[in-house]
Amino acid sequence: MEHDPTDPIHQFQINRIVPIKIGDWDFSFTNSALFMVLTVAVTAAFLYYTTRGRGLVPSRGQSITELTYEFTANMLRDAAGTAGMRFFPFVFSIFTFVLVANLFGMVPYFFTVTSHLIVTFALAMLVMAVVVGYGLMKHGLHFFKLFVPEGVPGVLLPLVVLIEVVSFLSRPVSLSVRLFANMLAGHITLKVFAGFIVSLSAFGALGILGSILPLLMVVALTALEFLVAALQAYVFAVLTCMYLNDAIHPGH
Amino acid sequence: MFVTQAYAQDGETAVHQPVTAEGAAEPLHEGTTSTAEHGGGFPPFNPEYFPSQLLWLAITFGIFYWLLKTVIMPRIGGILENRRDRIALDLEAAERMRSDADEAQAAYQQELTEARNRAHSIGHEARESAKADAEKERKRLDAELDEKLEAAQARIGEVKRSALGEVDGIARDVTDTILREVANIEASQDEIAGAVQAAGR
Repeated sequence: MEHDPTDPIHQFQINRIVPIKIGDWDFSFTNSALFMVLTVAVTAAFLYYTTRGRGLVPSRGQSITELTYEFTANMLRDAAGTAGMRFFPFVFSIFTFVLVANLFGMVPYFFTVTSHLIVTFALAMLVMAVVVGYGLMKHGLHFFKLFVPEGVPGVLLPLVVLIEVVSFLSRPVSLSVRLFANMLAGHITLKVFAGFIVSLSAFGALGILGSILPLLMVVALTALEFLVAALQAYVFAVLTCMYLNDAIHPGH
Repeated sequence: MFVTQAYAQDGETAVHQPVTAEGAAEPLHEGTTSTAEHGGGFPPFNPEYFPSQLLWLAITFGIFYWLLKTVIMPRIGGILENRRDRIALDLEAAERMRSDADEAQAAYQQELTEARNRAHSIGHEARESAKADAEKERKRLDAELDEKLEAAQARIGEVKRSALGEVDGIARDVTDTILREVANIEASQDEIAGAVQAAGR
């Protein structure tokens, strides 16, 4: 397909690689699916390969794996207590998946899985489903105490409950939009500044000289985007832990 | 962004061309699907690929979760557990060794003290026995000397007595001689002895 190389939106375009159609539904294997598979395969392979030696003294790779593991474990334990450790595989999967998907997006020509709202929304809804499902299973109707904070005067209670319900319902939205918007905006910004370099270079020597500015900007933004990629994965995981804490201890 | 938008529209129309040509039977319908296909040029909001993305996310994330939960995380957890155990064991062993060393030192110290005490007592004993020996020796010598002194005293007394006895005889002899030579008196021995005795008192 012909396209302008400086088009900042093109990188989010989904293409069918293997068209699959079931009924009216299009389940084609797309570039998005390809990078989901890559994310999962690379992450799992890395985690598996680095721990193959089961070294008492960890190698460099094993250290990365162990640090990530313990980092996530501490994050979950801090937010949700020891009872929350039953969700450790879930939180660790979410964290590593989002982190690697974000970082993959930083590789040129790679598709950023998390730059599509539907993907982040699905992950957020998965978190919410686990929170509500476990909360109801564990505490039954007591789970709804979550919306009724203690020590609130009776007059204010309906208002507070309303606010709590709205804030709970907006969680999946904020959780998913935060990640999606960060990824999308970051990649667009990068592409726009990179496009300036190309456009300016077309204006001869002066333009090439002037294109140094956006080039420096792109370098700085690339570093920032790596930070954002890691940070947003962390934020997603931390919020997941906090929401899980609500499911485990709804009456707090 | 003006330039890029124009380009994007260009690209869209370029793609539209074959689509409308293909589906000439229903141009209106094809037209709507093709705009939906490109979601107004913004792919993240294009619902066309939502089912595909959801399905593949479910598949990949499901497999990922299952892999982590059943294979990878027990493995990492095992490694960490193993290391914790090993460290705990090593620390325990170190602690045991230290207490052993402490014990050994205490035993050594005790033995040293005991030996010192023993040496002390041996020295004391030796000194005591030497002192006792010396005392005994001194007593023996004292006794011996006393004995000798007594013997000597006895002999002196004897000599004195015998000498005194001889003085009597000499006095008698002298008296006898004087009486005879000077006074020409012949006196009997008994008289002389009586006189000497009387004079001796």
